[in-house]
Amino acid sequence: MSRKRSVDRRDFLKGAAVTGAAALVPDAVAAAAPQAPPAEAAGQAARPAAAGAVREADPLVEVSETTDRPGGDFMVDVLKSLNIEYVASNPGSSFRGIHESIINYGGNAMPEFLTCCHEESSVAMAHAYFKAEGKPMAVLCHGTVGLQHAAMAIYNAYCDRVPVYLLAGNSLDATMRRPGVEWAHSVQDAASMLRDFIKWDDNPISLPHFAESAVRAYKIAMTPPMMPVLIVLDGGLQEDPIPPDVASRLRVPKLTLAAPPQGDSGAVAEAARLLVDAQNPVVVADRLARTPAGITRLVELAEALQAPVVDQHGRMNFPSRHPLNQSENAGQLIANADVILGLELTDFWGTVHAFRDAQHRTSRSRIRPGTRLISINAVDLFVKSNFQDFQRYPEVDVAMAADAEATLPALTEAVKRLATDDRRRAFQERRARLEEAHGRARQAARNEAAHAWEASPISTGRLAAELWAQIRNDDWALVSESGNTSGWAFRLWDFDKHYQHLGDSGGAGVGYGAPAAVGGALANKKHGRLSVNIQGDGDFLYAPGVWWTAAHHRIPLLTVMHNNRAYHQEVMHIQRMANRHQRGITRANIGTTIEDPNVDFAKIAQGMGVHAEGPITNPRDLAPAFQRALAVVRKGEPALVDVVTQPR
Amino acid sequence: MKTMMAAAAVLFLVTAVAGAQTPAPAQQTAPAGNADSGAKVWKSVGCWQCHGYEAQGGAAGPRLAARNLPWTGFSAYVRRPANQMPLYTEKALPTADLAHIYAYVQSRPAPPQNIPLLLK
Repeated sequence: MSRKRSVDRRDFLKGAAVTGAAALVPDAVAAAAPQAPPAEAAGQAARPAAAGAVREADPLVEVSETTDRPGGDFMVDVLKSLNIEYVASNPGSSFRGIHESIINYGGNAMPEFLTCCHEESSVAMAHAYFKAEGKPMAVLCHGTVGLQHAAMAIYNAYCDRVPVYLLAGNSLDATMRRPGVEWAHSVQDAASMLRDFIKWDDNPISLPHFAESAVRAYKIAMTPPMMPVLIVLDGGLQEDPIPPDVASRLRVPKLTLAAPPQGDSGAVAEAARLLVDAQNPVVVADRLARTPAGITRLVELAEALQAPVVDQHGRMNFPSRHPLNQSENAGQLIANADVILGLELTDFWGTVHAFRDAQHRTSRSRIRPGTRLISINAVDLFVKSNFQDFQRYPEVDVAMAADAEATLPALTEAVKRLATDDRRRAFQERRARLEEAHGRARQAARNEAAHAWEASPISTGRLAAELWAQIRNDDWALVSESGNTSGWAFRLWDFDKHYQHLGDSGGAGVGYGAPAAVGGALANKKHGRLSVNIQGDGDFLYAPGVWWTAAHHRIPLLTVMHNNRAYHQEVMHIQRMANRHQRGITRANIGTTIEDPNVDFAKIAQGMGVHAEGPITNPRDLAPAFQRALAVVRKGEPALVDVVTQPR
Repeated sequence: MKTMMAAAAVLFLVTAVAGAQTPAPAQQTAPAGNADSGAKVWKSVGCWQCHGYEAQGGAAGPRLAARNLPWTGFSAYVRRPANQMPLYTEKALPTADLAHIYAYVQSRPAPPQNIPLLLK
């Protein structure tokens, strides 16, 4: 960046700071001050760098203290060109320049500044927002303390293959930093702490450089496999006037997103042949549906084959009540399959193997010898080594390093071309069997949900059924489900739209659920959708300030606390260890439960301006409580109902 | 993925217990147990953590309520579980307590029928 500035941006805070700095200048510098040129001359030309220290302390130098065109304004121009709707941020001085440009120059629209109470909340909001809306949200944070707060949520987004557009403030020029905190908030290489789990980063040193990198970052983030990207914003670049020689060169580069990579035509043909010839094919989908088209395309393939689909719920992939949805019968289907098609699976090995977590860890194949495995997975195009989210190596027969959603139309067409009349008759017979199995599974789910119907703590089956009864006639979306409720929503509710389920955190970093719900609900707000969140208690306690964000920005969202008063997964792990060591589990609550005192979530929410009630322990009180809360949500505000639940 | 694995676990455990259902009749006779005592042991040794307070089951463990599981298969599985369930040795769970748990599980009622909310 240019340092030919009309005023030193670090002579901030007007007189007080300048006075303080002047008092601290070394004797040699102070002695030079009287020798400074007359004021009128000093203001005319930039000084050599060696004279900068003199100028900083020189009260006689006349320099302009204002500018009407800082670099941050141009950065906002670039963000607007990317159609970024929101920037989530906990405010910080290292990006005060662009912050001010967003709210004043940019009119606080496209992007609108969202006030967040923790950087982890900012990123998780952006994470879920993308999955509902299909475009990235920007996140602004400090390059040091902010990114460290944000890191866990960034890792979740990376594991979940979700683009988050990260912008981090920093002050590279050591001679221009304010003494004290700004040094602690500055870093040589801000991205280094994240580089293992972001896709790309840059540290632009000029505004034209920023423009090109900002557009490039967006394109990279949006190319499958999608992941977070980071642009570091130097403070001077944001705050200083745009130099005339630079202004004449400024332009916003054109964004052209890369078409998602399709599978190789030969591999597609081979996959189609295997699927058409198979007697018991199974289609398994995890992070398949990037867009609404993903559901449609999977339905087309499944119906072309009349093959069962197992939805692993990394995204909303397949309608829950479609007769070919056989997720409830996954184990049996996979065990009997002769061909398995895996679409963007996080863990193909784990899909076809069972693993026993015992003192002697063992695994076994869950499939028949000779079962052919086909994988279409964009992650094969981009794998990093340090963090081990890539799972065990899957030994497949056909591997397409490609985007599955983009590949499905070609695969479906190939299947249709290969299917003879005989095969189509076989497909229809299979369809009839699967329809019956689907019906049995639905009835079994209803029967199971009836157990412990009147129990207190309230069963998660009852919780899901009561909530479904209240929202089923709305345009609803389950924006987050943390804390494991035994999958009751998938078993009892009618999911058929892409925004009705947004998958999970990706990296299993606890604390995602609450901010993800707020981000998803924000995306749904302008579409008039009713957003609901089943919220784990332990997850929520990571960064509860996100409820204030929801209240402040009037984000309509019903949160139902799945309050089992524990980090229950960990309770079970400690039980496993205690049993293995034969010491009894009477102390397994130590360090794992959230009791003594019980958390009053309604009071917390009320304190942040959110309508809330509970804790509810009688299942018969659920319906009226939900109705009261939904009345608030339908008016455009967040609301919470705290329910004391069974553990799972 | 989680749902699929949970479903597989449920299927496996129920199958495993059922597979152990063919011992001689004498072996199927449970030691004397008390359901009220069993309710306390059910909580104290953590059965509820995976199977729920009412043995209704969930993602982490199958329903045991209203299944009429035979004692031999039930007790054998607890002592040497084949899947993800933590094992309970005699030291961790004496047979007398296991018998109380069995009585508690057997006492769990069948669910109500035709619940309107579950028909939608």
